Amino acid sequence: MRRVLSALIGLVVLVALWEGYKAVGNPDGTVLLGVRILPRADDLSMPHVWDMLTRLGRPELTGGRPVWRVVLSAGLFTLGITTLGFAAGAVIGFLLAVAMQRFRLVERGLLPYVILSQTVPLVALAPLIAGWGGTIWPEWMTVAVIAAYLAFFPVAVGMLRGLQSPQAAGVELMRSYAAGWWRTLVKLRLPASLPYLFPALRLAGAAAVVGAVVGEISTGTRGGIGRLIIEYSREATSDPAKVYTAMLGAALLGLVVAALVSLLELPLMRHRRRVSVVTM
Amino acid sequence: MTAVALTNVSKVFNPGRPDEVVALSGIDLTIGHGQFVSLIGPSGCGKSTLLRLIADLIPATAGTVEVAGKPASRARLDQEYGIAFQQAGLFEWRTVQRNVELPLELRGASRAERRARAAEMLALVGLADFAGHYPAQLSGGMQQRVAIARALAVHPPLLLMDEPFGALDEMTRERLQAELLAICAKTGTSTVFVTHSISEAVFLSNRVVVMSPRPGRITATVDVDLPARDDAARQSPAYFDAITEVRRALRGDAAAAATS
Repeated sequence: MRRVLSALIGLVVLVALWEGYKAVGNPDGTVLLGVRILPRADDLSMPHVWDMLTRLGRPELTGGRPVWRVVLSAGLFTLGITTLGFAAGAVIGFLLAVAMQRFRLVERGLLPYVILSQTVPLVALAPLIAGWGGTIWPEWMTVAVIAAYLAFFPVAVGMLRGLQSPQAAGVELMRSYAAGWWRTLVKLRLPASLPYLFPALRLAGAAAVVGAVVGEISTGTRGGIGRLIIEYSREATSDPAKVYTAMLGAALLGLVVAALVSLLELPLMRHRRRVSVVTM
Repeated sequence: MTAVALTNVSKVFNPGRPDEVVALSGIDLTIGHGQFVSLIGPSGCGKSTLLRLIADLIPATAGTVEVAGKPASRARLDQEYGIAFQQAGLFEWRTVQRNVELPLELRGASRAERRARAAEMLALVGLADFAGHYPAQLSGGMQQRVAIARALAVHPPLLLMDEPFGALDEMTRERLQAELLAICAKTGTSTVFVTHSISEAVFLSNRVVVMSPRPGRITATVDVDLPARDDAARQSPAYFDAITEVRRALRGDAAAAATS
C-alpha cells in the first residue's frame, strides 16, 4: 500500500515539474551565449499533460480507432517481442556465465568480447542482423534477436559475479564434502548468485525494451510501439500531444517488464525478507 | 588405531617462485582415537595450514598425511571428518535445519533420515527450537553452534575445527567449549582444534601442540591431565600449571617446558 502511494506521489511530482516548468519557462527556451540551455516551454514542444491524456481518448485519424487502443495493441506486440528477446538473452547470458565460471580460460578469452559486443552501436548492428535473417525468418524475429543481444550482457556479467561470490570457506566446505564442480554449482554457486541475478535481470528487462523499440525503428517493423513513435513524431508539428501518447505506451511497457521480472524474484528470495535477529 | 598420522610433512606455497613461503616443515604428529588435540601458536605458524592438510583442502608438498588409516584424499572422499571454520559459513538461503542437512544431502541420505539426524544434532547444540530460522536471524554464537551441528551431522569419527570460537565473546565461548566437550565425550569423536588462546587449548585438550613460525614447525607438545573438565577445573592447580607450561613453550623456552 505504501509502495503504491509513493509511486503515485512520484508521478504527481513528475507532472508538477512538467507543468511547473511550462508555467515559468520561456516559451522560446533560455539561450545563453547562443546556446540553448533550457528547452522551449511552448505547447508545441511541451504539450500539457492533460492534452496528452485527452489525446489518448480521441481517434488516431478521423474515424479511426481511439489512440489508446492503437497504443495498447502496439505495446502488446512489442511486449511479445521483448519477452522473447529477454528470455533468449537471459538463457544465453546464464550459460555464458556458467561457462566462464567453470573455465578460467573461457572467462579470459570471452569476457572482453562480451563487453566489446555492447560498444557496437545498435543502429549499425540492426541492419546487419536483418540481413543475416534475410528471408529465413520474419522481421519480428530480427527485432527479438536485437533485444536478446542487449539483454544477454547484464545477465552474463551479473551472473558471473554471482557465481564467483561464494567465499573460500563455502567452497572449501563443499570440497570437504567431496562435492565436485556440478554439485558445488547446484548447492552453493547458483543459490549464492541469486542476489546478483535479479538486479541483472532487471537491467536485462530494460535493455530488452530498448532493444525491441530501437530494433523496430531501424528494421521498419510494423505493428509495434517503436514504429508508432516514428509515425506519430512525423505529426509532431500539427499534433504534438500525439507523440507523447506513444512515449507513454513505451514507458508503460518498461514498467510492465520490470514488474514481471520482480514477480520472478518473489518466491526465490524469501530468506531476505525476514530479518529480525534472535539474540541469546 | 590412529585418527590422524602425519609423517615428515612439509608444505611450501608457490615453490620455485620469488614469493615462495615455507609454511610447514618436518611435521610429525599422531593423534589417537577419541583424543582432543589443540594446535596453538602465533599467527603465521602454519596451524591452519596443518589443519587444511589433514582435511585435504590443500596437498602436502612432501611427507604423508593419513586420516583413519588411509591417505588424506581418500579420507576426504569417504567423508571421514567434519570441519568447522572461524566463520560459521552457513548458507544464508537455507534454514538452520537445511544447513545441517547439507552434508547428509550430498551423501544421498533419505529425506526422513536427514530430518531425524538434523533434529538430533540441533538438540545436541541446544537449537532444536530454531530449526526453521534463517542464519541471518541468529546471533554469532548460535550460528557457530549450527556450524558445529553441521560438522557433526554425518557422525564423523574426526572433527577438525579452525578457531571456531575466535569471533565470539568470552561468555559464549566458555559455554560452547563446555558443550563441545560434552558432545565429543558423547560421540567419541577425535578432534583437532586450532586456536590462539592458551586457556582454551588447555581446558579442551588432552594434548596441546605448540608451533612456531618461519618455517612452521612443532616445538613442543604438552600433555594436559585435568581430572574433570568443568568450571571447577578452570580454577584447579593442574590447569594453571598446564597454562604456564604452554606459555613457556610458546615463548621458545621449549627445553624448560620439557624438563619441568
